[in-house]
Amino acid sequence: MSRQANRATDNKKMNSELFTLTYGALVTQLCKDYENDEEVNKQLDKMGYNIGVRLIEDFLARSSIGRCQDFRETADVIAKVAFKMYLGVTPSVTNWSPAGDEFSLILENNPLVDFVELPDNHNTLVYSNLLCGVLRGALEMVQMAVDVKFVQDTLRGDNVTEIRMKFIKRIEENLPAGDE
Amino acid sequence: MEARFTRGKSALLERPLSRPKTEVSVSAYGLLFSEVVQYCQSRVYSVTELQARLADLGHRVGGSLLDVLVLREKNGKRETKVLNILLFIKVSVWRALFGKEADKLEQANDDDKTYYIIEKESLVNTYISVPKENSTLNCAAFTGGIVEAILTHSGFPAKVTVHWHKGTTLMIKFDEAVIAREKALEGR
Repeated sequence: MSRQANRATDNKKMNSELFTLTYGALVTQLCKDYENDEEVNKQLDKMGYNIGVRLIEDFLARSSIGRCQDFRETADVIAKVAFKMYLGVTPSVTNWSPAGDEFSLILENNPLVDFVELPDNHNTLVYSNLLCGVLRGALEMVQMAVDVKFVQDTLRGDNVTEIRMKFIKRIEENLPAGDE
Repeated sequence: MEARFTRGKSALLERPLSRPKTEVSVSAYGLLFSEVVQYCQSRVYSVTELQARLADLGHRVGGSLLDVLVLREKNGKRETKVLNILLFIKVSVWRALFGKEADKLEQANDDDKTYYIIEKESLVNTYISVPKENSTLNCAAFTGGIVEAILTHSGFPAKVTVHWHKGTTLMIKFDEAVIAREKALEGR
């Protein structure tokens, strides 16, 4: 298989409008189907998780990043490489906890929420919750259990979008029973 | 929009409608779309229903897209002829969504109500693999929904169906009234 030849055609980009509109149609459909913001948030997280699990393989195949040595490196790779590659934006990494196991990603513009407004009766909806699931799913596939949640959201009136990521533990690889 | 109409209402209405500068990767879109299909699939019992659900989602997208594109590409002037609206879709809509024009636009030989838009490889199907037992499923039903919404909201009511033919073919069947009106316009 010719890796070199594939690289050139691999990084295809497209305008973010279709992406934003498709995501919007999806969230609208979910709101109609579930009628309860908490349920919608859970669904979005679940769907994000499924995407993350597939996305990490795509990411590792396209970037030549090796294993990260520590959580700080992971944070940098997520912000500077992954977000840039997939969503075309580069969040900044800030607010490290003293123990070094928690940090925040600050997004100034989020392509998922272009031209989106939350109506008054959906105050508890976390519109971009898909992103939390994606991050969680992708990191789980590289043996890191993390907790991801939104602490600030431009749709709810804050100035920026802030995602807080907390490292929980390293997942041990389990050998299937019977193997040595 | 004049500020005196929108003052006090959301800041969103003040934003310019120019093309967004950010670009997302095709794989991000492909993975999102595949998850959308899987979600729809969990709530339906047949291929037809699944395609109908995807077409519904496409309708929402098409409805939002039409005004923006007409404003940007045509300076707010709307099309009145069938061929022109079809060309608008083949060129402008496709380019705004997928970054390139659709491959072919054809008219049916025997039926003046039917037109075909053909694409060898549909972008939305990049990450979708269809199992043999559901081989009639074509997720470009989503794109079909977008086209149907654009045509209907422009005053050209039509039904759009999707087929596996020369790649992906969108079959557009206009209502009788549309063709009758077209003929009347030409006859003038």
